[in-house]
Formats: sequence, C-alpha cells, structure tokens
Amino acid sequence: MQSSRRDFLKLAGVSALGLSAGTLGFLGEGARAADALPTATDFAKPSTAKRWAMVIDTAKFDDALFKKCIDACHSNHNVPEIEGKQQIKWIWTEDFEGAFPTERPAYLAEEQEHRKYLLLCNHCENPACVRVCPTKATFKNNEGLVIMDYHRCIGCRYCMAGCPYGARSFNFQDPAPHIKNINLQYPHRTRGVVEKCTFCVEKLAQGKLPLCVEASGGAMVFGDLTDPNSEVRKVLKHKYAIRRKPDVGTEPGVFYII
Amino acid sequence: MIEKALKGSPRYFGALMAFLAVMGIGAGFYLVQLNKGLTITGLSRDVSWGFYIAQFTYMVGVAASAVMLVLPYYFHHYKAYSKMIIMGEFLAIAAVIMCLGFIVIDIGQPQRMLNVLIFSTPNSVLFWDMVVLNGYLILNVVIGWTSLMAYWKRQTPPAWVKPLVYTSIIWAFSIHTVTAFLYAGLPGRHYWLTAILAARFLSSAFCSGPAILLLMTLLISKVTKFDPGKEAVKTLSTTITYAMCVNVFFFFLEVFTAFYSGMPGHKDPILFLFTGYEGHTYMTPFMWTAAAFALTSLFLLVPPKWRENRDVLVPALILLVIGTWIDKGMGLIAAGFTPNPFEKVTEYLPTGPELMIALMIYAVGGFVLTVLWKIALEVRAEVEGGL
Ligand code: SF4
Ligand code: SF4
Repeated sequence: MQSSRRDFLKLAGVSALGLSAGTLGFLGEGARAADALPTATDFAKPSTAKRWAMVIDTAKFDDALFKKCIDACHSNHNVPEIEGKQQIKWIWTEDFEGAFPTERPAYLAEEQEHRKYLLLCNHCENPACVRVCPTKATFKNNEGLVIMDYHRCIGCRYCMAGCPYGARSFNFQDPAPHIKNINLQYPHRTRGVVEKCTFCVEKLAQGKLPLCVEASGGAMVFGDLTDPNSEVRKVLKHKYAIRRKPDVGTEPGVFYII
Repeated sequence: MIEKALKGSPRYFGALMAFLAVMGIGAGFYLVQLNKGLTITGLSRDVSWGFYIAQFTYMVGVAASAVMLVLPYYFHHYKAYSKMIIMGEFLAIAAVIMCLGFIVIDIGQPQRMLNVLIFSTPNSVLFWDMVVLNGYLILNVVIGWTSLMAYWKRQTPPAWVKPLVYTSIIWAFSIHTVTAFLYAGLPGRHYWLTAILAARFLSSAFCSGPAILLLMTLLISKVTKFDPGKEAVKTLSTTITYAMCVNVFFFFLEVFTAFYSGMPGHKDPILFLFTGYEGHTYMTPFMWTAAAFALTSLFLLVPPKWRENRDVLVPALILLVIGTWIDKGMGLIAAGFTPNPFEKVTEYLPTGPELMIALMIYAVGGFVLTVLWKIALEVRAEVEGGL
C-alpha cells in the first residue's frame, strides 16, 4: 500500500506539473518559473534506499550557509514567512541547549557552545507522529521517509504533541498570502493542516538530493543508512556523531557531527 | 415522552433561551474562527493544544463520573440512588456531547472530520477515543431513555438493558482511561509521561463529576419539588470526599517522584506550574488557587458533621470543582507543552474568542441537560403524583 501511495504521489506530481506548465505562460513574471519543468523521464531513475538518513557536519556551518540551506528549502517548498509563535518552519537553527536538551550541556567547549545547529524533521525510524496520527495523513514510506498527505490531515495536531523534536508546524491561517514568490512546481498547503520537512521526497523521486543538502556544499551528506558504501555510512565510520534526544526511542535519521 | 420538553414554566424556557443566546454569541465567534482559522486562538507552534482540548478532557471526566452512581445502584442494589441515577446518566449524555463539540471546534479541518472513520487507524489513541466516546454516548442514551420509558409506563425495564448497564460501567472507566492514554503515551512530554496519569484522571473525574452532579441536583431541588433523598446526598458526598483524597494523594505521588528523583524532565513542568519557569509565571496564580481550593475543600468535606451540613457542603463542592477544573482544564495541557521540546517557554493563555467558542459548547451542554432533566423530572412527577 505504501509503495502504491508513492507511485500515486509521483503520478500526481507529474500531472500537476503538466498543469502548471500549461498556466505558466500567461501567468508571466508574477510566478517564478524555476528550472526546466521535470518531465516523466525525470522520474524514470529515482534515488532509492532502504532507510534514508542525513549527516550534518555542524562545524562547517556559518550564518550564510544556514541561510542558504534554509532559503533553498523554504523558497522551493512554499513555506510561508509568518512572524511570531504561529510561524511555520521546516528547517531552522537552535543553540546547543535547544537542539540537544537531554545532553544537559554544562561547561560546554566554547566552540560548540557558540555554534548553531540546523534542525529539521528527523525522519525517525519509530516516528511518534505516525503512531498518533488518526488518519494516516502522516505515514512512513518503505524508504524510511516520514511524509504527509496534506489532503487527508484533519488538523487535530496530535502529531505536534507527539513529536518530541518540535519538527512540525500548523497552518493556523491560509499560507498563500505569506509566500513571497510562489513556486508553481510545488504545491502550497491549505489552512488547518500540519506540515513539515519531507526530506525532499519529490527530489529523490527524480534521482536528486534534498535541496538543503545540495545547498550545503558538502556540509551535509545524505544516503542510505543500511548501505555500508553510502555517503552517510562513510562519514559516520570516521566521525563521532550524535542524534537528538536518543532517550525517547524514536531512532532519528539525522546525525550531527559535533 | 419527548413532548414533556415542549411544555414548561417560564423559568424553564427562560433557561433555554439563555443557553440559546450564549450559543448564538459563541457561534458568531466560531464563524470568525471558520473564516480566519485557529489564528484567533492563543495557540502556537509550541503549545498546539489548549483550552478546547483541556475542556474536552475535563468533560470526559464528568461523563465518566456517572458510574459512581450506576455502579452501586446496579451492582450493589443501592436503592437510595434510584432518583439520582437518571440524572447521572443524562448528565453523562450532555457531557459526552460537549466532549465531541470541543473536539470539533479544535480541529483545523472540521469538514474532514470523518477521515477518522474512513481511514480508521487503530494505532492512534485518538481513533479509540472517538470509538469509546461515541459508544458511551449511545449506551447512555439507550439505557437512560429505555429505563425512563419503562418507568413512565410503570413497567420493569426490558431484560436486555441489564447487560448494557454492566457494559456501560466498564465503558465509563474506559473513556477516561483512553483519554489519559492520549497524553500518557507521548515521548518527550514529561508531565504526561507518567504511568499514573490514567489513575489521576479517574480519581479527579470521580470527585469532580459527582460534585457537579450533586451541586446541580441540589440546585434543582431548590427550584422544583424534586428531592434526591437525604441518604443519596450523604452517600454521594462521601464518595466525592474519598475520590478527592485519592486525587490529592496521586498528585503528591507525582511530586515525590519528580523531586526525590530530581530529574529535570519531571521537575520542570511542575516547577513551571507552581513557581514559574525561566521567569514565566503566568500559570502560578491559577495553580496556587487550585491547590488552596483543593485542600480547603478536603478540610471541609472530611469531617462528617460538616459534610452533612448543606451550608458547608455546597461551598466545599464549589471549591472542589474549581480546583479540579484549574488542574485539568488549564494546568494539565499547559504543563504538557511547557517547557517545549527546546526547553523554552512559549506562553499560552486562551483568547477572548477562544473562551467564547468554548462557552458555546458549554451552552450546548447546558441546553441538552436542561431538556433531558426536565423530561426526567416530569416523568417522575407524573408517575409518583407530584414527587
Ligand atoms: S522528528 Fe518528529 S515529525 Fe519527524 S519523524 Fe520524528 S517524530 Fe515525526
Ligand atoms: S494534524 Fe493531521 S497529520 Fe497531524 S495527527 Fe492530525 S490528522 Fe495526522
């Protein structure tokens, strides 16, 4: 069922793109025409894995790189810019204490203390958000991606209570007016549903890397955790990496080299 | 029988009109919410559940509390409750309707509500909560209505009601247990992540629910000729007192575990409630009020002499209801989300519109309850010839 849902998403993606390709012409400069529109052949060679995972080399980041990664994600995915406590974010930064509160950091090495840490959904192996969702709007596919069917979400926000990482945002209002340049290649959400990072499932389906990973210029690597030859495993073999809140048992798929 | 709801004193219709008026005002605010989304609430990315869900939780307790009458009456043939039992069952109906209402106003896409049924997901506690709540509603409607109908016709209730009654007794425990599981099974929410949460829910339900029932019954006995019976009042207030003792005791268990172990995750939410956390003290006045009210109510309820004196009983019950309401209807949810996953505080207080919308649901409950109790009282008056 999960793989068929994936196929469906792909198909839906392709047909939606066909539609927007048709409208782009007369929408003119108001809409941001990104790269060439993907065609069915772009989906012919998807990247696949048993369990997608990410490693973030925290030392390699500075403010400019954070901005680049976050912008790449937020602008392409139509994440609205809303100020205040009802904001929406897929990927953002926190200080060490906020990112790794269960480490109870004290007398932290100065360098680590002043560093910021890039946070996003961990695409957990035992995701609490999937466990609690009453409609299967949040589901884990067979590649370990935790993704959402926004059309099925009833906005109960149980997943937000369930996620121990604060990775989810709720659309308190219609996001469209808060998106500066709508990317017509990607849908924006409606009011009343929850959203979050998807590990760029739509890029993987085209055999590409997630946008933030691409923008990071090597500071982030991405790959199959079950494959010893994958990029992530190669990095993890040599570097000590930690995950957020290991005590909650969700088995996060995002690793941090400290 | 239903026609009994259509005739009545000006006072009865006055009450109904008042409820309708509140519903109307609340509905206006709800329209605004439908238009603008949940932006009009005080909710946030960090505190994603608030007043609505808290009221839902409190009302589940009120609904479950009917079992405190049903159990002794049917299991132990405790006849003193014969007049109260129907009131308890009808209160349960009104309370479950309010629960469902609070859920509906809380969700972001109410028109998709039935997705919970269409894509039923047994690993989600919310799915089971919906199942048990609706089941409990149906059980109480069927049991309450059939027994009252039989009584009206001066017959014994049909035999098939008995097994339903026994089911409803177990079911009542399940509705509050499952509701506690909504919270208790979440990793990373320390205040809720406690094995005793379901027990705490039940103990607080079994004192606050009957207290509300008793208060309202005493009010009814003032304005009508209905008399619940001296012994019923006495026994019910004893039950309330025991349940409240257990409730306070359970809370101390939490406090001990948190502070003797010294584990920050357990301590922080309690500190947030009672002393404030990182300078955020907006919950502390409420929580200290709750604590003071709870202890005072116990102080007044425990000695039998005071408890049996209605002039003491009534204020004590009022204190108890307010105390437990603050604990569950405000503290429980706020402390579950505070500190947030990043060990920081995002303040949450319900907004005016949020309160008005919640009030609308309470008015719906009041309306349903008034009508149901009216029918029950009329039937009783007719059968017994003027009570
Ligand atoms: S980080 Fe949160 S939202 Fe993401 S998969 Fe894990 S539990 Fe779900
Ligand atoms: S808000 Fe949507 S995704 Fe989250 S638990 Fe509810 S239905 Fe599932």
